[in-house]
Amino acid sequence: MGDWMTVTDPESKTLSQYTSETKMSPSSLYSQQVLCSSIPLSKNVHSYFSAFCTEENIEQSISYLDQELTTFGFPSLYEESKGKETKRELNIVAVLNCMNELLVLQRKNLLAQENVETQNLKLGSDMDHLQNCYAKLKEQLETSRREMIGLQERDRQLQCKNRNLHQLLKNEKDEVQKLQNIIASRATQYNHDMKRKEREYNKLKERLHQLVMNKKDKKIAMEVLNYVGRADGKRGSWRTGKTEARNEDEMYKILLNDYEYRQKQILMENAELKKVLQQMKKEMISLLSPQKQKPRERADDSTGTVISDVEEDAGELSRESIWDLSCETVREQLTNSIRKQWRILKSHVEKLDNQVSKVHLEGFNDEDVISRQDHEQETEKLELEIQQCKEMIKTQQQLLQQQLATACDDDTTSLLRDCYLLEEKERLKEEWSLFKEQKKNFEKERRSFTEAAIRLGLERKAFEEERASWLKQQFLNMTTFDHQNSENVKLFSAFSGSSDRDTPTLHSRSRQKKPHGVPSGSPVCTSKLTKSLPASPSTSDFCQTRSCASEHSSSINVLNITPEETKPNQVGRECTNQKWSMSSRPGSQEGCYSGCSLAYTNSHVEKDDLP
Amino acid sequence: KQASCVQYRLVVRDANTLQILQLYTCLDQIQHLEWSADSLFILCALYKRGLVQVWSLEQPEWHCKIDEGSAGLVASCWSPDGRHILNTTEFHLRITVWSLCTKSVSYIKYPKACQQGITFTRDGRYLALAERRDCRDYVSIFVCSDWQLLRHFDTDTQDLAGIEWAPNGCVLAVWDSCLEYKVLLYSLDGRLLSAFCAYEWSLGIKSVAWSPSSQFLAIGSYDGKVRILNHVTWKMITEFGHPATVNNTKIVVYKEAEKSPPLGHLAFPPPRAATGPLTSSESKYEIASMPVSLQTLKPAADRANPRIGVGALAFSPDNYFLATRNDSVPNAVWIWDIRKLRLLAVLEQLCTVRAFQWGPQQPRLAICTGGSKVYLWSPAGCVSVQVPGEGDFQVLSLCWHPSGDSLALLSKDHFCLCFLEMEKGVRMAFGQRGDCT
Repeated sequence: MGDWMTVTDPESKTLSQYTSETKMSPSSLYSQQVLCSSIPLSKNVHSYFSAFCTEENIEQSISYLDQELTTFGFPSLYEESKGKETKRELNIVAVLNCMNELLVLQRKNLLAQENVETQNLKLGSDMDHLQNCYAKLKEQLETSRREMIGLQERDRQLQCKNRNLHQLLKNEKDEVQKLQNIIASRATQYNHDMKRKEREYNKLKERLHQLVMNKKDKKIAMEVLNYVGRADGKRGSWRTGKTEARNEDEMYKILLNDYEYRQKQILMENAELKKVLQQMKKEMISLLSPQKQKPRERADDSTGTVISDVEEDAGELSRESIWDLSCETVREQLTNSIRKQWRILKSHVEKLDNQVSKVHLEGFNDEDVISRQDHEQETEKLELEIQQCKEMIKTQQQLLQQQLATACDDDTTSLLRDCYLLEEKERLKEEWSLFKEQKKNFEKERRSFTEAAIRLGLERKAFEEERASWLKQQFLNMTTFDHQNSENVKLFSAFSGSSDRDTPTLHSRSRQKKPHGVPSGSPVCTSKLTKSLPASPSTSDFCQTRSCASEHSSSINVLNITPEETKPNQVGRECTNQKWSMSSRPGSQEGCYSGCSLAYTNSHVEKDDLP
Repeated sequence: KQASCVQYRLVVRDANTLQILQLYTCLDQIQHLEWSADSLFILCALYKRGLVQVWSLEQPEWHCKIDEGSAGLVASCWSPDGRHILNTTEFHLRITVWSLCTKSVSYIKYPKACQQGITFTRDGRYLALAERRDCRDYVSIFVCSDWQLLRHFDTDTQDLAGIEWAPNGCVLAVWDSCLEYKVLLYSLDGRLLSAFCAYEWSLGIKSVAWSPSSQFLAIGSYDGKVRILNHVTWKMITEFGHPATVNNTKIVVYKEAEKSPPLGHLAFPPPRAATGPLTSSESKYEIASMPVSLQTLKPAADRANPRIGVGALAFSPDNYFLATRNDSVPNAVWIWDIRKLRLLAVLEQLCTVRAFQWGPQQPRLAICTGGSKVYLWSPAGCVSVQVPGEGDFQVLSLCWHPSGDSLALLSKDHFCLCFLEMEKGVRMAFGQRGDCT
């Protein structure tokens, strides 16, 4: 490119030289034209040019030029001839015109050439640039391609590695499985071997025992100066059936004492908890009553119940002494009223919260734009409320059930139970209406919220659907609840707010035990327990109930032992007769050994002979 | 009163003055020594000879000798009434119950050879005994007054390792060998109350302790945790881990530190005191700043009985505290607050903790590490006490006086009494040496 430039530069100079010379010889002009048109470029243009037209060949050259010019479309250099044979004259004007035209043309051409040249240059540089760019891009492409290949390679490698790792993992898992199997098989083998060894060992022991003990070993003896008295001062008594019975009695007495002690402790704990509840209730009433006096916009739904509650509580407080006697009824009242009050308190707090949040909202935002957070909070609250209502209904159901379970065979108690049922139903209804009212309220609130937050309509719909489904389920639950006889769990959850199952057993037990003080209480309790025993479905609870039930059976009436329990005991007792041989010493040593050599296994055989 | 024996002699001393009250001579070297519950008799077992000799404190001329003959003798203990002696023959062939007041003798066959196979209720009424017959574990409950069998039942264990009565005497805890984590709780009448299993596959229970109120059962296991069961549902209340690093500002970590002698004391030539016992360097406790990392032992995985897991557990007599030792952190004693169910303090000693025991009256924990010091912890703080006297006194074990005022420290062949006086602190009375077994 550079070379080309240097070549063209002098040419353009010479051209400009030509153009600057306005007065130029026709020959040179001509030569220029020739140069441009047909005659190949020669180094000595001038010499050639000079050779073109000489004195001799003017005519020829003129005619040649004329010919040439006419072929290029210029007017003829000669004048129009009148006659054919007359020699044509050179028309000077035409020549001059022609020359001028040629010159103009030449200038134009030069200009065009120049333009073309510059354009060419420009294009050349452009191309240069583009070529540069191209090269660069190509390089880039190359590098990126290389990079890509590298990455692909790495990817491949990683995939490979991953696959390997997966394989390894699988292998390891297999290995773990295998090892576990090995451990298990080894354990079984070990246990088996151990058992075999132990059997051998036992055989050896038996043999040794026979060898050592059968031999009239005079060495085995006790030398004592004189026998000392017993620590308690009593004399040893003979072993008879009576002593056995006495031992049994004593054992059960000890167990009974332990359970009584525990019951006492639990009662004490219960009393304390009750006290706390009472205290709580009192404080709640005192906290809620001033609120009632200045009713708010929603006073219509809450104050009525508050007033009735307070009245009821006032009555209850006056007969506080009943508490310790019959906890059954009082407990319900207490828990119910506390629950009610708690609900009221909660709704009040929520209302306050709402107000606060509203104020907060007004302070910051436009009134009709409710933040998503608030909406969510509201829904959460509603959900909580629903949950609470659910729990309440559940507990009420449980209470109802419990009362059903504690039914006595007495007429009076059945009557009582009936009235309890009615009461309970009424309470349920009351609760239900309250709940509905609350629901209405929430509906109202929700409407306001929907107006405010149209964009959250979808969410609301979903929520409503959920609620509908819940309601359905609730109804279903209501109908099917009686059949779900997980009584124990419910018992526990009924009287303790928390879902912790371990601690409430205390309460439930104590409550079950409480009626023992009442003369007609014990049959109630046992019947309940026997009912609850087959009713408990889950195996995890079974243990608990079983122990609970058996505890009761042992604590209530000692004689009422299940046949499975007594059987092994009898066997054991009979065994003792064989096993525990007495001997007086040192005179009757032989008797002692014959007695002691009786194996335990023999006793089973001999047992049959015994009356 | 205090009894010690020198080879074949039995020495009874007054626990306050260390005066010799009685001196008895046995036939051979005494290997085991035990007071009867009413402190009227002392039992000396001479296992090598298969002999047991009993001495009376009231009548020094009274004596009793029990010969087990060719059956041999591996263990001997008093029954709680102090009138019967239970002898276990060699190979655990049988247990012989000898009476001191009647000429009767009873035999119990098939006792199981295990860690803790015999246990009496605290009131002394019942004896529970682990038995093994036909490759199955059984537990027999006997009435101690006339040695009648009350209950006999098989336990659902692979290889029973120990049994222990709850202090109230109504619940019996039965645990399996370390190969399987299993605790079974039986009522006095033989009913299974509950079974507890924390995990499977790895090594299981290492130690078990009842709280004095029978309210809690603490189970130390090989995974370095203590699990506490409650007495109502017999389910786990809490789990105490023993991490090697303690990072909680509520926990106090006492670190034993050598008290370096003052620099000016190092005069040349060294004074004679310095040439004395090197071990008498004093130590004190420093409260370490959080976080504290405790020295841990890397257990040898290829050895049997690895030094991991909670190997020692003890409830304080008032139920408020639980002291534990994790064998993989052998220098430390953890003290847990049972009322709040959390870690209260950690004592890190310079040497391995050999033994610890709670004082019977107050929540005071005495610890010995095999060095010449005894360490005492109470909720108020802790102190390290140097055993006075020349020579190296290595405290290998310790034992509280029932009054809680004094403490017997035992080394390999010496013993001394340590008196605790509230105003003056700790006074050490060095007992006249005797070879102790």
